[in-house]
Amino acid sequence: MLNFLAAFEPMHFVDNLWYMGIGMLGIFIVIGVIVVLTMLLNAATAEKPDSEKKD
Amino acid sequence: MEVLYQNLLNLDWKMVVMWAIGGILIYLAIKKDMEPTLLLPMGFGAILVNLPLSGAITQGAEEGPLSILYGAGIANELFPLILFIGIGAMIDFGPLLSNPVLMLFGAAAQFGIFFTLCMASMFFDINDAASIAIIGAADGPTSIVVGQKLNSGYIGAIMVAAYSYMALVPIIQPPIIKLLTTKKERLIRMEYTQKPVSKTTRILFPIFITIIAGLIAPASVALVGFLMFGNLIRECGVLESLSETAQKALANLVTIFLGITIASQMQAEKFLRVDTLLILGLGLFAFIFDTAGGVIFAKILNLFLKKKINPMIGAAGISAFPMSGRVVHKMALKEDPTNFILMQATGVNVSGQIASVIAGGLILNFFLH
Repeated sequence: MLNFLAAFEPMHFVDNLWYMGIGMLGIFIVIGVIVVLTMLLNAATAEKPDSEKKD
Repeated sequence: MEVLYQNLLNLDWKMVVMWAIGGILIYLAIKKDMEPTLLLPMGFGAILVNLPLSGAITQGAEEGPLSILYGAGIANELFPLILFIGIGAMIDFGPLLSNPVLMLFGAAAQFGIFFTLCMASMFFDINDAASIAIIGAADGPTSIVVGQKLNSGYIGAIMVAAYSYMALVPIIQPPIIKLLTTKKERLIRMEYTQKPVSKTTRILFPIFITIIAGLIAPASVALVGFLMFGNLIRECGVLESLSETAQKALANLVTIFLGITIASQMQAEKFLRVDTLLILGLGLFAFIFDTAGGVIFAKILNLFLKKKINPMIGAAGISAFPMSGRVVHKMALKEDPTNFILMQATGVNVSGQIASVIAGGLILNFFLH
């Protein structure tokens, strides 16, 4: 228990905030790319309404 | 005569405590129906490996079957990856493809992982902290893969926490959602129009996701790839039999071995430590902040949107699929029995599955050297 308390380093929280920022930014960028790509896919592969189809 | 009671002398109180923990897991699985496919094998395994000189695990030069299974399927991450094929085959990305913007909630709900990483780094070295933080992904296979790749010394506690909290989603999430939302917000109705999704999109989606994730977070490509491979089998339309096998037989087989093999890491001397309690606490912390991240993101969006979003759906962005989506849906129905947000919540929940794997990949990118 004492060893455990000795290992407590509160400043590590601040030091590693960078990972939180870059991690959240990274995940929003990746997901953002996927969202845009999915929209493009949907638009590119959407079936035309019957009225627009030629016989 | 002595031979009959000799082994009893090797019994110590910590083993008995582990039997009790195993018993609790079995109770939760059977009586409370909490993730029984995993908690029951884990509970039984916890008893099995904590019998004095248990032959189920390696004792000296004598190899035990659970230790062999651990080396063959978990230490090399094979079991969780194979399970991902089954999970991928089970997931219908339809609601998400129909409304792709929902994926942003999946991203927001990974906040708890990164916040917990900072918290855990105050107590543990950075690789262990990252492995503990990923418990917040609410995704057992991802937790195992990240913990193993980062060579965490706490893999047993991490796996138990990850799977136990997945089972506890219906208990953990509602109070947090209620705390962060007003009744008026919980009553918000969301229009749902099912837009048609072409078969081509359904087929190309898993392929593109794999490529994008592989390019940005190469360490996650096995996780994402196996998940998406399972989904491709489901969506391609020509592998019905394989899809069914992946969803049922394959997933069930791996789950049986996964649960009981995880228990091989629940030996009393490894498990009953102050660190374990702290890991369980930090895992819960990650779960809470993941839920909060999704809800708060929805509330922020509502400041700018004309058509308001029910902020509860943000909570479904954790990847505990499909429990989290159902929990949110049930909460909406409890507030107003005519308010159906199941499709939106399911879409967000599915996006959480993708986002948590990508979060795991990013974590590996940061710390795997």
